[in-house]
Amino acid sequence: MSEATASANGAGANGRSGFPSLTLVPKTDEKQTMKDFKSDQEVRWCPGCGDYAILAAVQGFLPELGLRKENIVFVSGIGCSSRFPYYMNTYGMHSIHGRAPAIATGLASSRQDLSVWVVTGDGDALSIGGNHLIHALRRNVNLKILLFNNRIYGLTKGQYSPTSESGKITKSTPLGSLDHPFNPISVAIGAEATFVARTIDSDRKHLTSVLREAAAHPGTALVEIYQNCNIFNDGAFDQLKDPDTRDDVTIRLEHGQPITFGKDGQFGVIRGASGSLDVAEVAKVGTDALVVHDAHAENPELAFALSRLGDLTSNFHTPIGVFRNVERPVYDTLMAEQLATDTANRGAGDLASLISGNDTWTIA
Amino acid sequence: MTKQVKQIDRVVIRFAGDSGDGMQLTGDRFTSETASFGNDLSTLPNFPAEIRAPAGTLPGVSSFQLHFADHDILTPGDAPTVLVAMNPAALKANIRDLPRGAEIIVNTDEFSKRAMAKVGYATNPLEDGSLDAYNIHAVPLTTLTVDALAEFDISKKDAERAKNMFALGLLSWLYHRPTESTIAFLKKKFAKLPVIAEANVAAFKAGWNFGETTEGFAVSYEVAPAKLPAGTYRNITGNLALSYGLVAAGQRAELPVYLGSYPITPASDILHELAKHKNFNVRTFQAEDEIAGIGAALGAAFGGALGVTTTSGPGVALKSEAIGLAVSLELPLLIVDVQRGGPSTGLPTKTEQSDLLQAMFGRNGEAPVPIVAPRTAGDCFDAAIEAARIALKYRTPVFLLSDGYLANGSEPWRIPNVDELPDLRVEFATEPNHETEDGTKVFWPYKRDPETLARPWAVPGTPGLEHRIGGIEKADGTGAINYEPANHDFMVRTRQAKVDGIAKDIPALEVDDPTGDAKVLVVGWGSTYGPIAAGVRRVRSQGGKVAQAHFRHLNPFPANTEEVLKKYDKVIVPEMNLGQLAMLLRARYLVDAISYNQVRGLPFKAEELAHVIQGVIEDV
Repeated sequence: MSEATASANGAGANGRSGFPSLTLVPKTDEKQTMKDFKSDQEVRWCPGCGDYAILAAVQGFLPELGLRKENIVFVSGIGCSSRFPYYMNTYGMHSIHGRAPAIATGLASSRQDLSVWVVTGDGDALSIGGNHLIHALRRNVNLKILLFNNRIYGLTKGQYSPTSESGKITKSTPLGSLDHPFNPISVAIGAEATFVARTIDSDRKHLTSVLREAAAHPGTALVEIYQNCNIFNDGAFDQLKDPDTRDDVTIRLEHGQPITFGKDGQFGVIRGASGSLDVAEVAKVGTDALVVHDAHAENPELAFALSRLGDLTSNFHTPIGVFRNVERPVYDTLMAEQLATDTANRGAGDLASLISGNDTWTIA
Repeated sequence: MTKQVKQIDRVVIRFAGDSGDGMQLTGDRFTSETASFGNDLSTLPNFPAEIRAPAGTLPGVSSFQLHFADHDILTPGDAPTVLVAMNPAALKANIRDLPRGAEIIVNTDEFSKRAMAKVGYATNPLEDGSLDAYNIHAVPLTTLTVDALAEFDISKKDAERAKNMFALGLLSWLYHRPTESTIAFLKKKFAKLPVIAEANVAAFKAGWNFGETTEGFAVSYEVAPAKLPAGTYRNITGNLALSYGLVAAGQRAELPVYLGSYPITPASDILHELAKHKNFNVRTFQAEDEIAGIGAALGAAFGGALGVTTTSGPGVALKSEAIGLAVSLELPLLIVDVQRGGPSTGLPTKTEQSDLLQAMFGRNGEAPVPIVAPRTAGDCFDAAIEAARIALKYRTPVFLLSDGYLANGSEPWRIPNVDELPDLRVEFATEPNHETEDGTKVFWPYKRDPETLARPWAVPGTPGLEHRIGGIEKADGTGAINYEPANHDFMVRTRQAKVDGIAKDIPALEVDDPTGDAKVLVVGWGSTYGPIAAGVRRVRSQGGKVAQAHFRHLNPFPANTEEVLKKYDKVIVPEMNLGQLAMLLRARYLVDAISYNQVRGLPFKAEELAHVIQGVIEDV
């Protein structure tokens, strides 16, 4: 959709059920445009940074939700991507390195009337803040986590990150990195995430469609966004962007569809002999052999197997789209229900009676 | 047989046994009986960090000391006048603390050769004359308990486990304690196991009857109720009082309370307690780590809750960066540090007050944080409310420094009238607060209240006040990112001035100087109040002149602090650390403070402090 033509009440247009995660967030009657979400701050990323495209996509998408913008909060950690909240004309907090999921958990679990977004990077989310990320995912707090993965530390000027390929030559690894990288999608699925997706900064349409599904998801949504750092790791995802190669290396996942890719859909994903997934030519294996994507499968096995398909160095056979999208009780809802149930069962607390206890004596 | 009853004014009892012997429970019950009888009291639980240390060993000894009296008392007592020793290890571990003539009740059943050898007794101390200085009551507690429970359909092991209740019954007889509450307690505790409940009640009664009938105890004692100020009282521990203070602060502020916490000794009980009170609009979040605990509390504070995190020293170290963020964001937040012995893991179950400088300075940059410290178990309630008041009014993180002694110790607490508690309501920002040159009305998140220097608290959901805050330095007023030298200098000084300005809003440091001409002043902070005041009383009772002052606010100090300190020739600062308050007072006021320090994991003894004070008086 055009960035400036969101309907006056996008959520209404999509139907309330279009965004079940946002039923408690107040809607606006005003017509919103992308401009409403731009703050007065000058954007200070390097010219050519992939972050610009993501910012524009998010600002362009938000009017679709039709929420009062005062009920939207962006929380970030530290790193280039974490400057994001300053550029959004919503409530926002630029916090400390790696801790955004924890801070956002406190906010989201105490304020169900807010739409809370976390913006983080590969170093912020997977290195210093890895612990908070996995625990937010398993709890299923109503957070939308946008993980900008550029496979490098940008703000500290170019050290390898936990998603950098092994052997990477950087300032801190002149003879090559010894680390084996994380696959963020595999990590998220292993951490019991209920919604896991991957998209690419430069593919506005795909990015927006993933944001839409993430926003609708009740609970924690992890969206890995491949993002180009044109200063310290330029071209990291070129194979996925170059019109000559992208169709043959990118696997676009669509729920309920047989998984095919290639310019003419000539490749597909099949079950290999060992049960793992393989890539094959459709003409050779036949369409019946193709794996049908099921993002809603309770068992994360397929989503995990898909996450292992991509080669993190060559980017060959990189699946993008929604790997996993399942329903599980949402932490904030459960917490609110416990309070409501306890209050219903015992009545609102009486302070005088609480502090007196059952065993008192009186001195005249 | 008519037994003699003696009137005495105070008693210090120590129950000691294996960690699995139920000594803490026994002590708690005796305390409860004593509280309901109306004595003043003070307790000191002392237990190992291990849940079940090896049985019968010295490290496995758990004890509970209780001081009760017919007058107001300030400490759990320097030395027990009565020791209940459930095994040789308990005797060995505690005997050196007893004065000559103390009464010792020992469970002779546990004095096997093997058990004695385990703790290094080559010969039986009950027979070899080594305890001649004491009054020994040798009682086969286990056998008597098992015999008393012969009719019950329970295992021998279960019968033996009731021996602590037999001991409690005996002590309850010895000191004329009311028994109803313990019987009711046991029936409730074992409601699902009625046979065990009945057996424990029977053991308790058997202990009482044993005292009544045996010739081993010719005398029993009465300690009359204390004449405390009029009011309704309950017994309370510091952690419970602190928990109630947090609930009360939320109620009086009309704000939800959000506790983000990670379990850590000796603070976990606050998390446990608050988790029970969801119907007070209290949310508790057991986080994945200390950092997430404070992070969630800070996130909730951004959303308009009273954010609280509870921890002990090692946890504070982990939270330091987030505390700095709270300083920069200028949001209300309570950081409760129930101090324990350090450094590192240190002594998890023992007390110390060695986190003062960590609370004061333990962050990068100039990051001032107000500090409030309770002085007694019951005072933890008021101190929590005061810390919340400062946090909410000045939009700042505030440290509440309790410690292990306050946390687990208990005392009678006069229950306050909730309507008289401070009104903590705050006003959230609802309108733009600034007009630009072209007349546009805007919201400036860092435009301050000229009086308090607090910034407005505008919570998400408030239309028109959308704003971004963060840990990067902000421009005065607008809050936009700003790296200009003069602005940073101004913001650093302004944050400091805001905290310093709280001195105008806290009570003056009170001095207790009854004769008005003392030349020596003793100052302390936190849980040393009781031992210091008791030491001061002793000195005065012997004709010594000494003044006492005790800090509740440690940052900022009360406005009259310098005036108080400079009035005296000598200033003594006893602390359970190596001189942290003394360092602050010396640096700030150029006072030649005399430190007296110990870090034994136990509170000061009144007698030792009296001795120190007397020494300084004689030097003047």
